[in-house]
Amino acid sequence: MKSGKFWAWLVFALGAAYFFIPLIATVEFSMRMRRGEYSFDAYKVVLGDARFQATFGYSVLAAVFTIILGVLIVVPAAYWIRLRLPQLRPIVEFITLLPLVIPAIVIVFGYIRMYGSNSPLPFLATDTGTNALLVIGYATLALPYMYRAVDTGLRTIDVRTLTEAAQILGAGWGTIITRVILPNVLIAVLSGAFLTFAIVIGEFTMASLLNRPAFGPYLQNIGANRAYEPAALAIIAFAITWGCMSLIQILSRFAPRSANRPN
Amino acid sequence: MTDISMSDHAVTGKTAPPAEARSMRLPTQWLGVAPFFIFAIMFLILPTLYLMLGAFQNEAGEFTFENIAALAQPSIIAAYWISIKVSLASSLIGAFAGLAIAIAIVRGGLPEWIRSATLTFSGVASNFAGVPLAFAFLATLGRLGLATVILNTLFGLNIYAHGFNILSFWGLTLTYVYFQIPLMVVIIVPAIDGLKKEWGEAAATLGATMAQYWRMVVIPVIWPSFLGTVILLFANAFGAIATAYALTGSSLNIVPILLYAQIRGDVLHNAHLGYAIAFGMIFITGLANVFYIWFRTRSERWLK
Repeated sequence: MKSGKFWAWLVFALGAAYFFIPLIATVEFSMRMRRGEYSFDAYKVVLGDARFQATFGYSVLAAVFTIILGVLIVVPAAYWIRLRLPQLRPIVEFITLLPLVIPAIVIVFGYIRMYGSNSPLPFLATDTGTNALLVIGYATLALPYMYRAVDTGLRTIDVRTLTEAAQILGAGWGTIITRVILPNVLIAVLSGAFLTFAIVIGEFTMASLLNRPAFGPYLQNIGANRAYEPAALAIIAFAITWGCMSLIQILSRFAPRSANRPN
Repeated sequence: MTDISMSDHAVTGKTAPPAEARSMRLPTQWLGVAPFFIFAIMFLILPTLYLMLGAFQNEAGEFTFENIAALAQPSIIAAYWISIKVSLASSLIGAFAGLAIAIAIVRGGLPEWIRSATLTFSGVASNFAGVPLAFAFLATLGRLGLATVILNTLFGLNIYAHGFNILSFWGLTLTYVYFQIPLMVVIIVPAIDGLKKEWGEAAATLGATMAQYWRMVVIPVIWPSFLGTVILLFANAFGAIATAYALTGSSLNIVPILLYAQIRGDVLHNAHLGYAIAFGMIFITGLANVFYIWFRTRSERWLK
C-alpha cells in the first residue's frame, strides 16, 4: 500500500507539472512586455484596445443569443420526451451527439453552401442573417452539452406529477413550461448556459469562416501580429473558462438531488 | 373477443388524463419536439447531407466517384495522414496519462481535496482549447518560451537544436494533450468509481493477489469505457482547427486547415473536392464514433 501511495503522488505531481508549467510560463511571458522588469503593460494594452472591447462584446452577445436559442429548442423537446414520447429518446440522443461527430468546420461549410445569397434561404445575403447563422451554428455546437444538462435536470424532478398538478389547476402548456418546469430545472439550464458561454466566447472556426467580428478571430489576429499580448489574452481566456466552470460548480450545490440517485 | 376489446377500451378511457383526449393528441403530441427536429434537420442534418451528396457529384450535378478518387493526390493524403497521426498520438497519450491520473486520485489514497481540485481543474482545462491554448504553448515551448529558456540556461539543453519545434507533429501533439488528458479524467473517473469495493474484497477472499485483481477484474471492467473514450478523444482532436491554426499558421498541413483554406479561397481549384474532404472527415470521425457507441453500450452493463 505504501508504494501505491508513492506512485499516486508521483503521477499526480507529474500531471500537475504538465498542467501548471504552461500556465506559469504564460503568466510570466505576459508580464515581460516592459524591458528588464515585470509589468502588467500587456494587459493594459489589450484591455484598452478598442477592437478587444468590440469583439469581446460581440461574442458575449452572440453567446447570450445562443443560450436563449438553445433553451428554446432543448427544454420543450427534453420535457416532452420525458412526458409523452419516450420512444423518441434514442433518436434525439443520437442527434444531440452528432455535433461531436461532425466537426464544426464541416457544419459551417455546409451552411456556406446551403444558405448562400442565391439560395432559397439566403441567410448570408445580409449582415443580420449572417449573425443569425452564427448563433444557430453555435447552438448546434452547444447542443450536446445543453441537452445533457437539461435532461439531467429533468431526471431529478417528477415531470409527470408536476404537469398533472398544473393541469388540474388549469394551466396551459405555455404556463406549465415557463412557470412550472423551467424554474425546477433552472439550475441545470444555467449549467448548460455557462458551458455554452465557455465554448462560444473564443470560438474561432465558425466566426472566421462567416467573417464575423468575433473574439476568436480577433485572438487569432493578435497572435499572428503581436508578441506579449497573446499571452495576456490566453490568461484572460483561461480566467473566463475558469469563471464559467466555477459558476457551474457553485450552482450544482443548489441543484435538487433525487432520491434514487444520491451522490 | 368483443368482451376483451370492450373492457380494454373502457380502461383506457378511464385512465387517460384530460390532455390526452383524442382531439388534442395530434397537434400537442408533436408540437413540443417540432422546434428541435426542425432545427436539427435544417442546421445539422441537411447541411451535412448536402456536402456528402456534393462529394459524389461533378460540376454538372451528375453522380461520380471522381472527387473521392481525387483525394488520393499526395498533398491531401499527407494532410489526412498527419491529422490521423496527431489525433491518434494525442488521444493515446491523453488516454493513458488521464487514466493514470484518474486511478491516482480515486484509488491512490491521496487526500480528498486533491481529488476534487483535480476534477475541477479538469473541467476547466478540457474546455481550455482553441486559440488561447496555442498562445499558452507558444509562451512555454516557443523559441522564447519559459520552458525552452530555462532548459537552455539551467541545463544547457537547447531543445530547438535537438530538432524540437512547437510547429511540428510533436509540438501539436503535446499541445492537444493539454485538453485530451482532462477530458479523459472527467469521463473515466465515474467508471473507476463504479468499481465496487465488494469486488476487491471478493477477489481478496478468493486469494487473488493485487496483480490478479487488476488483471482479471479492474481492466476487463474499465476496458470498454476506456477504449470508447480513446475514440472520443480521437474525434475531438481530428476535428479541431483553431489551436493548430493559431499555433502553426498553415505550416503544418492538417486536414481541417486544408479544408479551411479551401473554403476561404478554393486553393484546390475544385469546389467538389472540398466536399470530398469534408466527407472524408465525417467518414473518419463517424467510424470512430460507431465504435465509441458500441463500446459504451458494452461498458454500461457494469456501471449500474
